[in-house]
Amino acid sequence: MRKKYWTLFLSTLTISTFTFGGGYVIISLLKKKFADELGWIEEKEMLNLAAIAQSSPGAVAVNASILVGYKVAGLAGALISILGTILPPFVIISVISLCYTAFRDNVIVAAVLRGMQSGVAAVIADVTVNLCGTVYKETRALGILVMLAAFSASWFFSVNVLWIILACALFGVGRTWVLHRKGEMA
Amino acid sequence: MSYLDLFLSFFQIGLFSFGGGMAAMPLIQAQVVDRHGWLTMAEFTDLITISEMTPGPIAVNSSTFVGTRIGGTLGAFVATFGCILPSCLIVSLLAWLYFRYQNLSYIQGTLKGLRPAIVALIASAGLSILTLALQGANGINWLGALLFLAAFLVLRKWKTDPIYVMLGCGVLGGILYPLLDKMM
Repeated sequence: MRKKYWTLFLSTLTISTFTFGGGYVIISLLKKKFADELGWIEEKEMLNLAAIAQSSPGAVAVNASILVGYKVAGLAGALISILGTILPPFVIISVISLCYTAFRDNVIVAAVLRGMQSGVAAVIADVTVNLCGTVYKETRALGILVMLAAFSASWFFSVNVLWIILACALFGVGRTWVLHRKGEMA
Repeated sequence: MSYLDLFLSFFQIGLFSFGGGMAAMPLIQAQVVDRHGWLTMAEFTDLITISEMTPGPIAVNSSTFVGTRIGGTLGAFVATFGCILPSCLIVSLLAWLYFRYQNLSYIQGTLKGLRPAIVALIASAGLSILTLALQGANGINWLGALLFLAAFLVLRKWKTDPIYVMLGCGVLGGILYPLLDKMM
């Protein structure tokens, strides 16, 4: 158990240190680490946890790590992964706030970050390709259709994420209801 | 300034920011600039720039930044704790409910509807970062595109740890972008 706590702490710590660019980057990395590499969480469950993280108040990255920690090792796990997630930005910002103009205007820092943007985009692209396969295997064309609709709403029409989540949740509830009705009739 | 004010302000930011990322910005501005005057608008703009350059959620970055500037390390701790406390309480409760009731058919159905949406949102977030990476001062940033393609191929082919891939891109960017600027 102690080894598990330690792995959980180190994993969330390293992931958080490299999470530039918001909640979905950390979700991609958590999925790679905990689903693909360690096998502690199923891919489908990872998406469920991401959905809960997105629909709760607060930062998506913090919420997602709480859920992952809770899944892996209960309440103690949740506390450990919060610590792992919070520590890197806390330390980095504390240091930078002392000399932030020098940091902000540094040419090399800007170039490194610019390079990392390409890397982050590639990681997300890789995770997206894998997840599209999962969605297709689970719900076939319907899932892909929901995905395309949600994507267009977010990308082309800048619809607030919460509305997208709400609409898809209602769609899921409605579909279950219809399936139940069908089951009762048969 | 009192530590209680600091705690309460960031508690509100943590509690009322839904949707993550940039959605929290107006809330942070309202508390930190408009209401308490802890930062000027110029400092707040700097804070956003720094948040984009450093890892971690913007709400957490802001709480550490504002806390340090007005109350030292203790201030940073109080503000950050206030900011994540609502998440800790609400998400722990939701986690407990989820693991207890996840087998109910309606919960299953709802999550089934949500999963494709989450994939779409991940894709959408990735695409905005990609657009940013490919934007050059005049036209397409070819080096950014090259790094992206190389990183993507490495990830697909060898399933390399994404952290090494991001670090590699950072190192290459740090060397190649300044070189490229010199040649121009």
